[in-house]
Amino acid sequence: MKTAAEQAPAPRSGTAGIPPGPARAHDVVLQVKDLAVDIRTHRGTVRAVNSVAFEARAGETLALLGESGCGKSMTAKALAGIMDPVCDLAEGQIILNGTDLAVLTPKERLKFAGPELGIVFQDALTALNPVYTVGTQLGEAFRIHRRLNAKQAKAEAIDLMKRVGIPEPESRINSYPHQFSGGMRQRILIAMAVALNPRLLIADEPTTALDVTVQAQIMQLLRKLREEGQMAVVLITHDLAVVAEEADSVAVMYAGNVVESGPVSEVFSDPRHPYTKGLLESVPAHLERGAQLKSIAGSPPELHDIPSGCVYQSRCPLVQDICRAERPALRPVGPPVAQSDIQPETQPRPARAAACHFSEELNNV
Amino acid sequence: MNSPLTEPAANQLASADHPGTGKNNDKREGKLSLFRLLLKDRFATVSAVLLVLIGLTALIGPALMGDLATKQNLLFANKAPFSFAYGWEYVLGSDSLGRSMLARLVVASRTTFSVALPAVAVALVIGSLWGVWAGYHRGWRENVSMRIADVIMSFPSLLLAVVVLYVFSPSAGNIVLILALTRIPIYLRTARAESAELQSRTFVDAARTFGARPNAIIGRHVIPVVLPTLLTLATLEFCYVMLAESSLSFLGIGIQPPDVSWGLMVSQGRQYLQTAWWLSIFPGVAIVVTTIAANVLAAWLRIATDPAQRWRLSLPRKRMIARIPVKEAKP
Amino acid sequence: MLIYLRKRILSSALPLVVVIVGVFALARMTGNPASLYLPLNATQQMRDEFTARNGFDQPLLVQMADYFGGVLRLDFGQSLRTGQDAAAMALRAFPATLQLAATTMVLAVLLALVVGCWAALKPNGIADRISSFVSMAAASIPDFWLAIVGIWVFAISLGWLPTSGVSGASAWVLPIATLLLRPFGVLVQIVRGSMVSALSEPYIKLARSRGAGELRVVTHHALRNAAAPALTVAGDLTVGLVNGAVVVETIFGWPGIGKLMIDSILQRDFAVLQAAVLLTAVAIFALNILIDMGYALLDARVRPVTARA
Repeated sequence: MKTAAEQAPAPRSGTAGIPPGPARAHDVVLQVKDLAVDIRTHRGTVRAVNSVAFEARAGETLALLGESGCGKSMTAKALAGIMDPVCDLAEGQIILNGTDLAVLTPKERLKFAGPELGIVFQDALTALNPVYTVGTQLGEAFRIHRRLNAKQAKAEAIDLMKRVGIPEPESRINSYPHQFSGGMRQRILIAMAVALNPRLLIADEPTTALDVTVQAQIMQLLRKLREEGQMAVVLITHDLAVVAEEADSVAVMYAGNVVESGPVSEVFSDPRHPYTKGLLESVPAHLERGAQLKSIAGSPPELHDIPSGCVYQSRCPLVQDICRAERPALRPVGPPVAQSDIQPETQPRPARAAACHFSEELNNV
Repeated sequence: MNSPLTEPAANQLASADHPGTGKNNDKREGKLSLFRLLLKDRFATVSAVLLVLIGLTALIGPALMGDLATKQNLLFANKAPFSFAYGWEYVLGSDSLGRSMLARLVVASRTTFSVALPAVAVALVIGSLWGVWAGYHRGWRENVSMRIADVIMSFPSLLLAVVVLYVFSPSAGNIVLILALTRIPIYLRTARAESAELQSRTFVDAARTFGARPNAIIGRHVIPVVLPTLLTLATLEFCYVMLAESSLSFLGIGIQPPDVSWGLMVSQGRQYLQTAWWLSIFPGVAIVVTTIAANVLAAWLRIATDPAQRWRLSLPRKRMIARIPVKEAKP
Repeated sequence: MLIYLRKRILSSALPLVVVIVGVFALARMTGNPASLYLPLNATQQMRDEFTARNGFDQPLLVQMADYFGGVLRLDFGQSLRTGQDAAAMALRAFPATLQLAATTMVLAVLLALVVGCWAALKPNGIADRISSFVSMAAASIPDFWLAIVGIWVFAISLGWLPTSGVSGASAWVLPIATLLLRPFGVLVQIVRGSMVSALSEPYIKLARSRGAGELRVVTHHALRNAAAPALTVAGDLTVGLVNGAVVVETIFGWPGIGKLMIDSILQRDFAVLQAAVLLTAVAIFALNILIDMGYALLDARVRPVTARA
């Protein structure tokens, strides 16, 4: 991960003096408001994703951070419009460049799938169709959206493979997915997602299934493609280190809810939700040898068993009566005093928000 | 295999069905809910009731019918069905010798069952034990067993029966044996696959570390797990075997007169199709009703005995409709 | 590809060898083969003569060598009934069965693909109901009875179709319809099932995320993946088709290999039965090879690893 860390631009901390990027850099590309997803099960409908809200900006990476089962992948699928049949988009808006995807029919969404929005999955082996060559699959987006013929699509596919750093694309284009290594497959998957230079790239744990060394390469590739195309990237991950290195802003999810969001540097240096705080303390970053590694006691609630008050109440060290009675909304929290006076007003940065009754008091614990 | 409607999160919910209940408690609940689940499914309930009725008919019906099935009465020859004019025994009509159709159907049901049930039972026992053994031990025992199964399966069962029944006489016993032989590979393959998967699981390893012998492990740990699948398969196989016996009897190399089975009755009625259609049609209806009932029950059993799929049965029907357009799903 | 094929041929040939040996063993197991070959009412003198003429008094190994030689030369002896060469009779009956079976299979595959895909796309829709009804019927209705109902309704009551024979297109309708039921019922269920599971694969989701519409997802992405399982059961289906052909040909008087087999049994004509059974086994063997080749063409993963560039 070293190389990636060195080359990563330092997470922006809301300071002035950011070099002005290409025309539309930092424009809000995606705005998610009050997103809720229901799953129908035999025990009734459960809400897997609840009032999720965040923004993704051009040329920046937003990380959706959370444990497995917290609803982050479900959110990604909802954004891309490829939810499982038992899931429903219950509420909310997904505004991509001014269009609310949530109200479109599946057919209308097809126009956006590819040119506006691409997605990268975690497991490249199952995400590639085993019976077609990678060339066929890479070229498909061009055939669908640009109506290219097979030959033109093949040329585009070769270009794509070059772009994502696959050696000898001319000969490898006729190979099948199972003939590539895991890292190469992930590159192919990324190539497919960025084929039509979408405004928004959703990367659903793109490196989880890979070796650590390959992980760094893939993250580097994603970063390169983001800079080239000024894409907004939504990076879904459970890895705090990846968030720290790659993301500009972060939305922390717990049990289907966003519990805290804001610029990575601020959130990580000054968490305003006990869950974020607990997560950060469980990382063995600056520990002395022999010191006790902290962990969050307990486990997340089952989806059908989410308490009516705060979702984190059963594990929270600060829990009070009000937490059991009333679910805290995700509301803006003031920036820490040290940074508030240098906050530039010209470039509206993503506001910090947390869903905790005691977010202000958290520092004093 | 990916099933269409399961979904990781939904699965998680299903597996967390009875948190905290003890093992024994779970078991009792499982059995009770299995019966309750059956009552919930209208088709499966009707099928189960039908099968029990047909089984009872085969068991005690012939005794009730006495000699009605063989008693010839030329005065009542070729009477059409659905008429009570000649007494209840001719309600389904009569054949050219004036024998009661109803009585003959009842007597034939016993022949049909007494071939199909033993054939299924023999194939089930031999095939399952063999398959579990082969799958547990892997290696050459598995390879040889699978090759044998392949050889039997790659040859049409009817041809095998034809050759064997040519050489040996077509008695009920021989038919049972040949049908059992051709169906053993079905159980063998299934049992092998399940047992091979199980033998690599931790609880089998645990038993092995206690020094349990292979046969004890197979008996105590593997067979109970595999059994529901195999019993479901046997229900399905009952249909197949019944159809196969009927086909053989129809072709004249199965049950021989004066015995009578449903398949043989269809064959015997064939030449009277123009004048007395009921002679062929009714025994066929009897076969179809029985096999459909067994098929429906097997389909239900397959889902009900699979803990990963059982939740579907309790899912209200219309919720299983996939892919609701996003727009409509909005409140 | 060649290595793969050779391996498949060798493994598929095993059942064939077993059948050939099995027929020989069965013929000898019953003691005097004369009781097999000759009609039941043959005199003792006929039996003795027969035994000597066919070398059944020779040692078993010599007999076996003779038998295998005969199989290789396609020499199964003469038919007891017609006196014709048994192999020639079987070969003459074969095309009629092949036509019937091939037409049925093509129809079954096409119908199953259309109905199965349609059913997979719209669970609980009309096609889904048709497909579950047909597969239930296929597993439940005896083919001989279906044929008889067909004759009763369409030939006897309505008079639209002939009851038997091979003359004219109308004579094909009932035999094919009867024979079609089982493979169609099995295939439609397989296609539907594998389509449903293919449609829930991540690569389908990914195709959708590339903007592939419903039609494209089905025809380009899911169908080819779903075809492989269907091809896998095709072998079992052909085996089942032979069973069906025996029944259908007997009922409709179709002069094929199935009818030949039943006739030769009922007339105790062992030479012809033997020739017909072995010819059928060879045909099944050849078909399995074809299926394996089709499978390898369809899915690159089963192909042997070739040197990578």
